[in-house]
Amino acid sequence: MSAAFEFDGRDIAFTEGQTVGAALVAAGVRSWRTTRREGRPRGVFCGIGICFDCLVTIDDVPNQRACLVPADADSIVRSQEGDGRGHLAV
Amino acid sequence: MPADTADVVVVGAGVVGAATAWYAARSGRSVTVVDRGSVAGGTTGAGEGNILVSDKPPGAELDLARLSSALWRDLAVEVGGFEYDTKGGLVVASTPAGFDALVALAARQHAAGVETVVVPAGELAEHEPHLTPSLAGGVLYPGDAQVQPMLAAARLLRAARTKGARVRTGVEVTGFLRSGDRVTGVRTTAGDLPAGAVVNAAGTWGGEIASLAGVDVPVLPRRGFILVTEPLPRLVRHKVYAAEYVADVASDDADLQTSPVVEGTEAGPILIGASRERVGYDRTLSVRVLRALAAQAVALFPVLAGVQVIRAYRGFRPYCPDHLPVIGADPRAPGLFHACGHEGAGIGLAAATGRLIAQLVDGDRPELDVTPFRPERFA
Repeated sequence: MSAAFEFDGRDIAFTEGQTVGAALVAAGVRSWRTTRREGRPRGVFCGIGICFDCLVTIDDVPNQRACLVPADADSIVRSQEGDGRGHLAV
Repeated sequence: MPADTADVVVVGAGVVGAATAWYAARSGRSVTVVDRGSVAGGTTGAGEGNILVSDKPPGAELDLARLSSALWRDLAVEVGGFEYDTKGGLVVASTPAGFDALVALAARQHAAGVETVVVPAGELAEHEPHLTPSLAGGVLYPGDAQVQPMLAAARLLRAARTKGARVRTGVEVTGFLRSGDRVTGVRTTAGDLPAGAVVNAAGTWGGEIASLAGVDVPVLPRRGFILVTEPLPRLVRHKVYAAEYVADVASDDADLQTSPVVEGTEAGPILIGASRERVGYDRTLSVRVLRALAAQAVALFPVLAGVQVIRAYRGFRPYCPDHLPVIGADPRAPGLFHACGHEGAGIGLAAATGRLIAQLVDGDRPELDVTPFRPERFA
């Protein structure tokens, strides 16, 4: 039986040792962030922690690299709009 | 004079050299700028881009800052493209005694022509909603502004080039051409550059350029670190800093001083300063300093506790023993002008410095008395 984490209200299956990014791509999810200025879609680009394109919000902490964070059944993953902290703007 | 003689050779492609080149080229002078490194590669690139009137008590430096603030406003229209932001400064005090001292300073600045608004503790949140509620009060300075300093230097140099100026990076000054006492140009790693006037705008290294001309100008490095956060929405509206910063700037203590200085940028990251310590040109990253800066910023803006810092940068603020810049003709070496030693205020003071030097080179009466900044005052 494979485990799953919650992503935007649905379950994403993953295997032990898989990253959040890999599990999302394997489930057919290609983008989970929008750019700050033009709102364009972003997902995995480099896949090795360098480019910061695959940023995602995990357990309410934005700007985590999906390609580096190991998937965990207790995590709640949410797609991220821009900088992920729009609610703090003044 | 040889045919390739420039009217003015400017040593240093930082913001002071760039402003000098712009004003001199605009008044019709032929200008060559040389720098051993790149544009804004030294003192300028290590700064935050402050154009402040708030951190200076009445006196010669405040007069210079007021002139410079007005000139930057013009440059933003005339040249532009460097993220000029009239955000205003908010200085805050944590204790009632500190607030009293701040209000007293603001009253003197107001009398000297600076716009000031006293903000009682209960009204601080209207100006800065994320500010800690545990402050005694503050003063708002609508005249404070910010630029992106590297863009400012680059745009001013580009504008100067449209007026015929030449910019030569990777060219190091190795000595001076002389005719008797008179300075008639510079020797460089790319050959001799004859000039009617030479301007020393070498920032922290201004003292070394001066010594090549056989004159003493005591400019020394004071190290400062700045933290850069991940890109954020606008959390901080003004440049916000603690009243202690003013005392730190004026301090003669060699040991580390830190006081929180927090501001947003057009690009999104928040910049967190400011530290000062006299450790020569030691570029070693100091975790102790970074930790102190982060802790002070979080104390001022608790929301920052959950924000990631993505990098830090550091540089050397060029200070003189009396904390005033060096601006003017050097009577010990006619033909040599100095425009250096602005400590942490070089971006802000660059416009006025460049304008005054251009006027002096032209033989005109400068629009501000430069006597307090004369290079030979340290003898």
